[in-house]
Amino acid sequence: MKLTGAEIFVECLKREGVDTIFGYPGGAVLPIYDAIFQKPLFKHVLVRHEQAALHAANGYARSTGKCGVALVTSGPGATNAITGLVDSYMDSIPTVCFSGQVATGMIGNDAFQEADTVGLTRSATKHNFLVKSVEELAPTIRKAFYIATTGRPGPVLVDIPKDVSTAVCEFDYPETVEMRSYKPVTKGHLGQIKKVATAMLNAKRPVLYTGGGVIGSPGAAEKLAKLARQLNFPVTNTLMGLGGFPYDDERFLGMLGMHGTYEANMAVTHSDLLISVGARFDDRVTGRLDAFAPDAKIIHIDIDPASISKNVFAHLPVVGDVGVVLGQILKELERRESGPDEAALAVWWHQINEWRAKDCLHFDQAMDGPIQPQYVVRKLHELTKGDAIIATEVGQHQMWAAQHYGFKKPRRWITSGGLGTMGFGLPAAIGAQIAMPKETVIDIAGEASIQMNIQELATAMQYKLPVKVAILNNTFMGMVRQWQEMFYESRYSHSYSDSLPDFVKLAEAYGGKGYRVTKPAEVEKVIAEALKNRDSFTVIDFVVAKEENVYPMVPAGAALNEMVLA
Amino acid sequence: MRHVITILVENEFGVLTRVAGLFSARGYNIESLNVAATMDPTVSRMTLVTRGDEAVIEQIKKQLNKLIPVIKAEDISQTEHMEREMLLVKVRAVDNTRAEVLRMADVFRAKVVDVSEASYTVELTGKANKLEAFLRMLEPLGIIEMTRTGPVGMRRGASGFTVDS
Repeated sequence: MKLTGAEIFVECLKREGVDTIFGYPGGAVLPIYDAIFQKPLFKHVLVRHEQAALHAANGYARSTGKCGVALVTSGPGATNAITGLVDSYMDSIPTVCFSGQVATGMIGNDAFQEADTVGLTRSATKHNFLVKSVEELAPTIRKAFYIATTGRPGPVLVDIPKDVSTAVCEFDYPETVEMRSYKPVTKGHLGQIKKVATAMLNAKRPVLYTGGGVIGSPGAAEKLAKLARQLNFPVTNTLMGLGGFPYDDERFLGMLGMHGTYEANMAVTHSDLLISVGARFDDRVTGRLDAFAPDAKIIHIDIDPASISKNVFAHLPVVGDVGVVLGQILKELERRESGPDEAALAVWWHQINEWRAKDCLHFDQAMDGPIQPQYVVRKLHELTKGDAIIATEVGQHQMWAAQHYGFKKPRRWITSGGLGTMGFGLPAAIGAQIAMPKETVIDIAGEASIQMNIQELATAMQYKLPVKVAILNNTFMGMVRQWQEMFYESRYSHSYSDSLPDFVKLAEAYGGKGYRVTKPAEVEKVIAEALKNRDSFTVIDFVVAKEENVYPMVPAGAALNEMVLA
Repeated sequence: MRHVITILVENEFGVLTRVAGLFSARGYNIESLNVAATMDPTVSRMTLVTRGDEAVIEQIKKQLNKLIPVIKAEDISQTEHMEREMLLVKVRAVDNTRAEVLRMADVFRAKVVDVSEASYTVELTGKANKLEAFLRMLEPLGIIEMTRTGPVGMRRGASGFTVDS
């Protein structure tokens, strides 16, 4: 069967099981858009900015576990996509981005809308390809999906020159991929597994510290829950790991790190065995490195060998898929005759519960005072029964959402962890809502972040997506202001959100529903009303306390146990 | 510490930039980098010289292996290995210094590869310190220009560093 490159593109995506792509047309991808028009084998969601295409693909991937797919044009289309690519790279989200490129004969001539996309995205992707002939197209697409979804997942970019899209060749989709230079390890080394089991059974003050790997690896969360319950070990999650362990399990200590709970940070600091599962010892997690878990033996389970001993030395590294490795550990524990050190664990839990009694996330909501942002998040949890898919932008609202929403299972929490991309939440929520049309999807936002991709309200409108945007509006770039208050003697340099639009009118202008909430007593009623609206998107502008800070806080460069509590 | 890392990579477009980009993105230094195709034209072999403590070198090796087109990477500096580098040096050679340049070339077993009425160009292969010693001897005579390849290296003994090994 002879096909054009553009037709091959469509056929390949179909064979990869792609049901949705997010994109924006332009000159260099016209042949591909024409093929999509003529043979609509999957849904194409038209975004309003290429950055949003990548974030939406990211939201789609995170909510489903499938690979997110984006399609952008050459030059500015590709450069706009870069932030979204780096975002997916930092958070290890499987994504394939296709970009158009000027015709092969024009490459290097500074042609109209030409950019060195492969050069620009080399460090923004797990891998990238320039397809130089139509014969290479199908095998390259096959490899791109394979690389994006296996090992430590990540974004892969495929740059397709316009003449490759129009050239014709025999279409033959490779059934298998074999790459001698890329063979990710999934199973843990058995000798290491045995040592891990022994260390766990001997531990007196263990902590399971789990990250995005538990979300990304199928079945890992169930195995983690089984392991933690069987051994009665406390669990703390990174920002990326939230939902990897049920928030309402008594063994859950909450998030750790810069805005982690007192009990989580104290437990990690005083642990004698820290079991890192699919986490990467990010600086926002560890605080000052020399004071991080100083007495602990460190077990590090990760699919990426380069993550191990990068920031913190791992005494017992295990390279493998965390779901597989947790299964191996459970099996090994079954073979052991003795159980964990219960007497020591009882003492440890007693200590942890003392730390817990500090109630570090406590806040007061006076019914005649300003709305507390935490109160809004708690109410969102209550009225959605903790079952919504929560996306966020970046800043204080993100941390309050992480601290107060409470997640029961994986893939309900979609936040930009590594890169910290303002403007991520709305398009990510759109991607999740496209994937999960029946679910409640809420973007918890700040009034500053939301403006970075506000144009995506039009996308939400076009596809009749009932996405809710809950703006915690404190008229400040709150996290910047908080740092300025704490570390720059309250010199609020350019962190005031001046000239804010009327978000209610803005929502209406885009065709959706808008609410403004100024009193605590109205919070519940308006959320309930918004949740009922399935016909359009809803924006709720919560006017919240202006100078509320996120606590606890570990100042940058301080040790985890040097928290500012309030 | 100085480390010599040999790397086998897919011989494809952009692979050198990926390796070089990794070093610049992560703040590692490249002292020298040498690359050419092997007997198997689909595979290139690099010899890369860098500096760093154990943890840094460990991280460099892991990051190299993480690059998709890298087939394997090995730090040979702690093993029995050999290194060779090539130097081309153009030396001023007039009247009384013409004989001196030839004498030096002879002592170092270097080869004269180009002659003109005012210069000799000499080729020398060896370890870095030999090359440096040679350059020191020539310097007073007047070096017009020079270029070095940076070292290539491999382990001693019968075993090989290949795709299948």
